[in-house]
Amino acid sequence: MDTSRYYLPAPSWWPIVGSIALLTLASGFVLLLQQVQAGPYLMLAGALILVGMLFGWFGTVIRESIAGKFNNQVDVSYRWGMGWFIFSEVMFFAAFFGALFYARNLAVPWLGQTPLLWPGYNAAWPTAGPGLPAQFTPMAAWGIPAINTLILLSSGATVTWAHWGMKKGNRSQLKLGLLLTILLGATFLVLQAHEYLSADFSLNTGIYGATFFMLTGFHGAHVTLGAIMLSVILARVFAGHFTPERHFAFEAVSWYWHFVDVVWLLLFIFVYWL
Amino acid sequence: MTTLALHQHAHPAGITRWLTTTNHKDIGTLYLCFSFAMFLFAGALAMLVRAELFQPGLQFFQPNVFNQLTTMHGLIMIFGAIMPAFVGFANWQIPLMIGAPDMAFPRLNNWSFWLLPMAALLLLSSFLVPGGAVAGGWTMYPPLYIQGGVAYDMTIFALHIMGISSIIGSINIITTILNLRAPGMTLMKMPMFVWTWLITAYLLIAVMPVLASAVTMLLTDRHLGTHFFNAAGGGDPVMFQHIFWFFGHPEVYIMILPAFGILSTIIPTFSRKPLFGYHSMVYATASIAILSFVVWAHHMFTVGMPAAGQLFFMYTTMLIAVPTGVKVFNWIATMWKGAITFETPMLFAVAVVCLFTIGGFSGLVLAIVPVDIQLQDTYYVVAHFHYVLFSGAAMSIMAGVYYWLPKWTGHLYDETLGKWHFWLTTIAFNVTFFPMHFTGLAGMPRRVPDYALQFADFNMLSSIGAFVLGASQLLFLYTVFKCARGGAAAGEKPWDGADTLEWTLPSPPPYHTFETAPLVK
Repeated sequence: MDTSRYYLPAPSWWPIVGSIALLTLASGFVLLLQQVQAGPYLMLAGALILVGMLFGWFGTVIRESIAGKFNNQVDVSYRWGMGWFIFSEVMFFAAFFGALFYARNLAVPWLGQTPLLWPGYNAAWPTAGPGLPAQFTPMAAWGIPAINTLILLSSGATVTWAHWGMKKGNRSQLKLGLLLTILLGATFLVLQAHEYLSADFSLNTGIYGATFFMLTGFHGAHVTLGAIMLSVILARVFAGHFTPERHFAFEAVSWYWHFVDVVWLLLFIFVYWL
Repeated sequence: MTTLALHQHAHPAGITRWLTTTNHKDIGTLYLCFSFAMFLFAGALAMLVRAELFQPGLQFFQPNVFNQLTTMHGLIMIFGAIMPAFVGFANWQIPLMIGAPDMAFPRLNNWSFWLLPMAALLLLSSFLVPGGAVAGGWTMYPPLYIQGGVAYDMTIFALHIMGISSIIGSINIITTILNLRAPGMTLMKMPMFVWTWLITAYLLIAVMPVLASAVTMLLTDRHLGTHFFNAAGGGDPVMFQHIFWFFGHPEVYIMILPAFGILSTIIPTFSRKPLFGYHSMVYATASIAILSFVVWAHHMFTVGMPAAGQLFFMYTTMLIAVPTGVKVFNWIATMWKGAITFETPMLFAVAVVCLFTIGGFSGLVLAIVPVDIQLQDTYYVVAHFHYVLFSGAAMSIMAGVYYWLPKWTGHLYDETLGKWHFWLTTIAFNVTFFPMHFTGLAGMPRRVPDYALQFADFNMLSSIGAFVLGASQLLFLYTVFKCARGGAAAGEKPWDGADTLEWTLPSPPPYHTFETAPLVK
């Protein structure tokens, strides 16, 4: 295989399939929000097309990788690509954190200083706002959230331990490390679900409920996605993919996992603790 | 080796070629054609707006329809016309200018384009749904955007899809520039156009996710009962404006930095001198990008904020004029004592330097808080941002199209038609928008279909200018079409002052170029 040149893929149908999937998904969502019966079915169709596209597209890339078509320059491209993708995710979360800080430190105190609108409003965080009747218990930091922090931090350690196994060529350490990471991620999600079910407030509980559930919810979605990606990597390890020198797919997923980890630390500090 | 080369040169024909292409030139062409179509559509909406404003009173449209026209004109021009046009230039030119075989991720490149027609379908079809298209302004402020009908959801999802497209496209562009430069092309030897796109792509990746968050919060406030933008729940509608403009102001530079890159390519070519102050140009571009993150609240001086906040955003806004001024002086110094000729691209470039500067100065006027409080939401603002967006961004795109058409098509365009297009556009643009400074200073509010009688003369003048401006873009379409179909052979390098790598290739360049990287000294 000639790898002196940068690998240029042949024309591909997967991108247009992906575009159709997203259009179907979005149109289905629009209909669902209008309570049109076809909505959920259209969304399901879109999601299935999307999953098919992901399998097809990633499958193609994996086959190209195994066939040795990627030289070092392609590898560097993937590294830049993943890095910038994670940066875009950072900015997505930054906007929600910004909303939390703005509401908590500016908007809510201002509401407390305007007695003409809502006299007697006690503008103290956490709050559901002056106009809603909600009484609720905010989520305490030093219960399940603290345990979840330990779990996610440990999973960061196990994925790194798995990486050491990969680099030493110790496949059983690699498999065990990945498996532990996935299990820790799954445990985190179960505990998070338990916490959601036991909460006596919801997305509708004013600005506290909105910021709490949107921030932790998007984080949970990212943990779920990360765990799925780790599972794909584990399956590929069992299929004999990767070498101690070439395993960027593994590294990309572990970068993603660490990013999700850091987001959780910020959530723990700013959403639960302070 | 031979089989590999054969494999890479074969590509499907007909519609399949365009649907499945992984070639940066094909994808660049798709982007440019798409953006041209959107430019004409959104331009047609503007014609309807100007028809309504031709005289006072309600002629053709009810206020709600009028607001749909202005809102969709803005949304489509920004997300459908100007941004994709620059990505089209990036696709065609960056690999050619840095000596790369293609973009770093050719399949993702296809995806980032083909998401756009899908998003456009969602956005444009919202004219047909009950209640009509979005009518709350392109800035999407709540509570209007929380109260509106189904079109508002369609717009939100369209923006999500366009955001994905922009982020994928930008990751591709950054990676291409950082990793695929020909040996010897260090960062500080890159053409300015490539530099401006590197920084633009960074801005896009930083702020498109913020827009996605903002419209997601709108969506949950609309349907899931959150209270991000409702004071009764402890939220704040002003918070949306902060988040939106944290995206929105860098977005302004996303639409002008690649234009600066095009100007910095064209002006040295036709002045037959190297770009004056290349290093300061790079640093100025980077400073504009960084400062663009700390000026956002100058869009919202009248919504209420502490005086310290107003002062901070006023001073940072004025500070941005410094690197922008560096650029304008560098372009002038490049022309100084140059052997200048005025072919159509240069005519457009010189006009942009003059007219964009007018838009920059009216921006400085608006940066002054007490003045802005008078001028907020008047036609002065409309005049300001059309001077930067039409005579800044759109006319730079036209300059770039005339400049690179010979390379892309292999034919020279019709210089006479190009000059007609230039003079008609420039004169009609000024007839349309210069009077808006006066109507705005006199207090005419924007986004209203009717107006007081004293504004009648200036508005009729603006409308006449707008109709000529719109019609002359059809001449542009014809000139481009004619050039694509045939014309005198362009040869490798029709512009004798050009010195970037694309001019070392035949015109049109072969389907695959620089498969073996050129050596840059």
